[in-house]
Amino acid sequence: MNPRREVVLWVAQRLTAVVLALCVIVHLVTIIYAVRGGLTAAEILARTRGNVAWATFYVIFVVAAAVHGAIGLRTVAAEWLGFRGEMAEFAMTIVGIALTLLGLRAVVAVFGA
Amino acid sequence: MLRVGVWRGAREGRFETFEVPRRPSQTVLDVVTHIQRHLDPTLSYRFACRVGMCGSCAMTVNGSPRWTCRTHVDKVAAAGVLEIAPLANLPVVKDLVADMREFFDKWARAGGRFKPTATRADAVALVEPDSRARREAQAGIECIGCGICYAACDVVAWNKDYLGPAALNRAWTLVNDVRDGGQRERLAAVAGDAGCHSCHTLMSCTELCPKSLSPTRSIAGLKRATATLAFGDEEHG
Repeated sequence: MNPRREVVLWVAQRLTAVVLALCVIVHLVTIIYAVRGGLTAAEILARTRGNVAWATFYVIFVVAAAVHGAIGLRTVAAEWLGFRGEMAEFAMTIVGIALTLLGLRAVVAVFGA
Repeated sequence: MLRVGVWRGAREGRFETFEVPRRPSQTVLDVVTHIQRHLDPTLSYRFACRVGMCGSCAMTVNGSPRWTCRTHVDKVAAAGVLEIAPLANLPVVKDLVADMREFFDKWARAGGRFKPTATRADAVALVEPDSRARREAQAGIECIGCGICYAACDVVAWNKDYLGPAALNRAWTLVNDVRDGGQRERLAAVAGDAGCHSCHTLMSCTELCPKSLSPTRSIAGLKRATATLAFGDEEHG
């Protein structure tokens, strides 16, 4: 086990937790605001399409969630399944990349025309 | 009368029930000693000082690890029922005796050995009692090595390689020893899957430590120190 890698991942998970705490608050407030007059796809798209600020926010949100989630899953896999070592590192890297791609695909979908 | 269930056997075994007379100010160790002296001389258990100094007599008492010499029956057996087992998370030698080897081996693995930087020809090091490092070390050095925190730790149960609260607490006291020259190796030893980053801050160690130490706090200190070292290194190439 590489000590440097463990430290970097640990710090990365704490930093993304801070980012996620802020993002989730914005997200929850937005949900409450968005459903006031009934929830429609048209209303959501009207807010997000072409809006660089929202797109930036969601890109940050997606990347933070993917990094945070992948590192967390790595720990769960190690502790609960005994899945450790290079194979586990590889699998969790794939999970992190997959989460990022899925999330960014959704961001592109609500930003683009 | 107390009804006392006592673990008999090793990894495989069963609880054997004894009736022990209640006495004023009776400790759990008194109960175990009564059983061994008067009811069954084949019972194996470990103790030495009887006054909370040596850390030998820790056992699982009604589900929680405790130092039996300083645990009053009144406090833990309100209903007059005691169940006494060896410490958890360690192999059982026989009856109430746990094999402490891996517990202490992990102290060594966590860099628990002081590495001097001076010789006997040098002057005695001056360490200000009020300095931050000295106060951090002071908070952790009263550990008597009883193994209660190790038996209480869920992370030890999940990960057999996890160094455990006592070994990491020891490492933290040495990280704060300004006379020590082995910091880099020690911080590398305590970082990682088996080290401080696996701690989930459940705080069972801190809750149950008979010396009221906080291994959780020491482990948090190690997390900061390893992060400082890791990122400090990158800055210096």
